[in-house]
Formats: sequence, structure tokens, C-alpha cells
Amino acid sequence: MKLNRRKFIKRILIVAASIEAVFLLKDSVSKIDTFSSKELFNAGKADSFEKNKLYPFSTGQFFLKRFEDGGFLAMSVKCTHLGCVVNANSKTGGFNCPCHASQFNKFGEVLSAPATRPLDIFPIRIENGEILVDTRKPVKRSSYNKSQLTYA
Amino acid sequence: MANKESDQRIPSSLEKFILHLHPNRIDSRAIKFNRTFGLGGILALLFVIISLTGLTLRFSYIPTVEHAYDSIIGIRDNTILGQFIRNLHHLSAKLMVLVSFLHLIRVYYSQSIFQKRAENWTYGLLLFFLVLASSFTGYLLPWDQLAYWAVTVITQIVEYIPLVGDSLAYLLRGSDTVDGNTLINFYTLHTGIIPLLFVVLMSVHFWLVRKAGGVALPKTEEKEKVDVIPNLLWKEIMVASIVIGGLFIVSVFYEAPLLDQANPLKSPNPSKAPWYFLGAQELLLHLHPFFGAVIIPLSAALFFFGLPYFRYKNVNVGVWFNSSLGKKMSIQSSSISFVFTFILIYILDHFLHFDIWFSGVPSVISTGVIPFLLYTLPLAGYLLFWYKNHKANNTEIIMACTSILLSSYVCMLLISLLLRGEGMQLIF
Ligand code: HEM
Ligand code: FES
Repeated sequence: MKLNRRKFIKRILIVAASIEAVFLLKDSVSKIDTFSSKELFNAGKADSFEKNKLYPFSTGQFFLKRFEDGGFLAMSVKCTHLGCVVNANSKTGGFNCPCHASQFNKFGEVLSAPATRPLDIFPIRIENGEILVDTRKPVKRSSYNKSQLTYA
Repeated sequence: MANKESDQRIPSSLEKFILHLHPNRIDSRAIKFNRTFGLGGILALLFVIISLTGLTLRFSYIPTVEHAYDSIIGIRDNTILGQFIRNLHHLSAKLMVLVSFLHLIRVYYSQSIFQKRAENWTYGLLLFFLVLASSFTGYLLPWDQLAYWAVTVITQIVEYIPLVGDSLAYLLRGSDTVDGNTLINFYTLHTGIIPLLFVVLMSVHFWLVRKAGGVALPKTEEKEKVDVIPNLLWKEIMVASIVIGGLFIVSVFYEAPLLDQANPLKSPNPSKAPWYFLGAQELLLHLHPFFGAVIIPLSAALFFFGLPYFRYKNVNVGVWFNSSLGKKMSIQSSSISFVFTFILIYILDHFLHFDIWFSGVPSVISTGVIPFLLYTLPLAGYLLFWYKNHKANNTEIIMACTSILLSSYVCMLLISLLLRGEGMQLIF
């Protein structure tokens, strides 16, 4: 195989561009991390929450749901279709999206399209009876199951 | 020779500059208005207007979450001619999207994209992408509700791309959600990188037009050549004056929109993408994201980049619609696809609920494959009909495909823009 100057330069450029692309995509662009500087979100005393009720935390961008059995689930307010903020539907106990009419049930699972996956959840830790919600990284899930609940 | 005198006159330096962009003498058919409609030239002019007004806006604009919105208010209320300049920038940007689209259609249907012009078609598509990219990045800058949610919706579409989607969206936003990092990213792209790329690509674009021997024209026996100065120059000045005059007048009355300051806690209802992306958003309402955000955009892009390179039997470079059959087919197929898309969307919205009827099967099939086939099969049958009954060859068939795609997109865009209200429900 003959390697002339042009081919050589071309290849170098392609290699450099690919390395750059990999770096960029592996989020190596350091910016101020607007998330990890935030602390865990303290939602308050665990026993102050009634069972079978939904508590919206708009500054934390999540809904805190306490189920029948006392388990907690923190669901992101962001619709999984295209990121609008869903509203709680007091009739069904679920959520409705204003943007393209997706509907979710009380576990955050999709009742009607266009959304395709349940609302993301945030990990919960309970320390000294206080509920700490980690709002830094939403966790994606494909369906609801009991292991997602946290108990006091 | 009668005009010997003028032949020997030494052109002024300004004339020399113009003659660097144009040849000395030019085929008289090339400067007929209905050959190019002046669209490329208008685009170049709009780029200049947008650059000048943009640079002026930069004196007052502050790209931070705290100050962006207020700085736009300051431009609007406390700056002499501030709102006028902002209107001019906004309006020219809108016009640029529209004119780029028309320019694309013009070069395509006048069969000016083949052989030595194929390369320039590629550069043109890249320029079109840049126009969309600059509009989209500019859209975020005022940091109002319109801006915030439009950019949220679009960057969220990116996340549907398999494997790289998440990191790509993160790269765009510089963050998990739209925030100050996104603003800085978009500002840098909008006022630095993209304009720079524009200058480079535009230079290549112009140079390739000249390298191909100017505007594509049908073959003919006798050619009449005329001097560029004054024949073409005069027309250019006319068109430029009309565009500039029109933009100035409209900018006095038209107000560039500015809603309430961005509020990440509250989505307006409905939340729409920027108008030129509405066709894509409409698609996502009806199709599983794997089709709507991946398969279809990808194949459409491949199709358009490939257009000059398919194996054609009889291309008539420079002949509008290639032949009279081509003209008939283009007009008919775009009308049919427009009506068909409209009806299909209507029944998909009101009567066909595949996600509920087939809730057992994976959603890729119920809301992906099925509606996809519902669109493609009838249209494929339609093309087959032309092929069988009218001996249409592949040049005309491919042209009809292009017409179908373009007209469907325009139809979806108009539906989403005009006929969708609260909750993105059809208003009828
Ligand atoms: C030299 C290049 C450019 C510079 C320096 C520039 C600069 C700016 C600045 C500072 C803003 C924020 C002020 C405002 O929002 O009113 C802005 C907004 C905007 N720009 Fe540009 N721009 C350039 C090119 C373009 C191009 C090529 C387009 C599209 C074709 C474009 C479309 C927009 C749009 C849609 C907005 C939002 C306008 C609004 O709603 O107010 N810009 N630009
Ligand atoms: S963003 Fe919620 S349905 Fe589209």
C-alpha cells in the first residue's frame, strides 16, 4: 500500500477528529457542574408524610409519593416524552403532561403514549428519620417494581 | 467593433472586486430572474444583515441565566433603535430559513445538482444545516419561556438516538437539563463558531458555482453573452434594495416575541419546538421515537445527500423538472402527499389508537412499524402506478419521492403550527 503525503495528512486528520469526538462524547468537557455542587434535598421528617398521599416538591423538581405500605418513591416531574413538567392528576392519583397529553399512573408508569417509559426516579435515603432525596442524577427505569421503594 | 472603447476601459477596483465574484461576461439566460429567483444572492445578503445586527446586539446581550432576559428587556426598552435592530435580526433569521428552503427547491427542480455540481449540493446541504443550527442556538438566547421549552423539547429528542443519544444531548446542553451551561454553549456556537463556519462554507459554495461554469442551463445551439456589469449587477442591486427596504419597513411594525422569563418549573401549554422543527415534532406525536427520531431522519438525510449520485437514465441538466412528465408528476405527487398526510394525521389522532389496541405487542411495532407502513405502502403503490402506466423512469420516480417527502414535511409543519392548541390536540 502506497502512503503519499495527502493520504497521510488525511488519515491524521481523521484520527484526530475521531479521538476528539470520543472525548467530547465521553463528557470530558469540564464545566461548572451545576448538579454535584447541590446537596441532597432534605424533604423533612419521614413520619410527617401520610400514607397514600402525593407531595409535590417543585424546587426539588420531584413528587414524593408515600404508598399504602409506607414505602416512599421520589419521581421526577420531567415527562419522559420530551421533558415538559407533568402535573399531578388528583382524580386518578397519577400524572398528566400538558405538552402532548401523555398520562402516567400513580407509580409513574405510562398509561397513554406518546411517552414510552415511566417517570424517572431519584434515590432516597432516610437518615435520623429525615428523608434525603438525591436529585443530582435521575434514574431511568423500564417499569415499576417494589424494590424502588424506600422504607422508614 | 462598436464597444471597443468599453472593452479597453480599465475597471475600477470596486468593479474588479465584483468581477472576482462573477465572470466578465455571462450567458443571458443565466441572469433571467426566473432561472434563480435571486435566492442565493438574497441568502448572502441576509447573512450580511444578520451579522451586522447580531454584532450590534452583542454589545448589550449578557449570556448568563441571571442577566440574559433582562439584557433583552434593556435592548427593547432602554436602547435607541434597540428593538428595531432586534426585530431586523429576528426577521432576517426567519426569512433566511425560508429562503434557504426555497433555494434548495430551486436548485433541485431545475436539475442543477448533477455531475460537476454534485459536490456543491453537499456543501449546500451543510449550509442549510448551519442555517437551522444558528436559528436554533439563537432561539435560546432571550431566555424566555418560548426559548427554554423549545430547546428542552429538541434536546430531549436527541436523547432518543440509541447508544450516543444521552451523551450527545449532554454535550449540547453541557448539563443534564437546559441551564447556564447550555446558554454559554449556545452563545458560543451562535455568535462564534457557526458564523465562522458560514464564511468558510459560503466561500467554497460560491467558488464551486463558478468552477461549474455558473448557473446550470439547458443545452442550446446559440448562446448570447452579455457583460456582467451592468446587466447582472443592476439586477442584484434591485433585488437587494427591495429586500432591505422590505425588511426595514416590516421591522418597524413587527415585534420580535418575548414571553415571560424562563421558568424551569412550569411548562407552557402547549410547548412547541421552533417553527421549522415542528414537522419533526409532529412526527414524534404519531411514531415511536425509534422511527420518528432515528430511522426516518437518518434515511431522509441519506436520501438527500445521495440525490445527485443515484443512477439516473436521462438527466437533462438545467431543465425544470427534467421533462414535462417530471413536471406533471412533481406537481401531482406533492399535492397528493400533502392531502394524504393531512388525512392520515387526522385519523391517527381521532380514530386509530394502536398503542391501546395492541397493548400486548412491543410499542416499536404498535406505534412504530404499523403507522410507518400505513404511510409508506399507499405512497409506494402510487409510485408504482406511475411506473406501470406512464413509463416513468427512475429520474422522474425519484423526483416524485423527493416531492412526497418535502410536501409531507410542510404539511406536518403547518398542522403543528396552525392546527394544534392546548395539549397539542388538534383544534378540530
Ligand atoms: C454573525 C452572526 C450572528 C451574531 C453575532 C448573532 C448574534 C445574536 C445575539 C447576540 C442574539 C441575542 C439577542 C436577541 O435574542 O435578540 C441573537 C439572537 C438570535 N439570532 Fe443571531 N447572530 C448571528 C447570526 C444568526 C443567524 C445566521 C441566524 C439564523 C439564520 C440567527 C438567528 C437568531 C435568532 C432566531 C435569534 C433569537 C432572536 C430573538 O428571539 O430575539 N442569528 N443573535
Ligand atoms: S413532553 Fe410530555 S407528552 Fe410530550
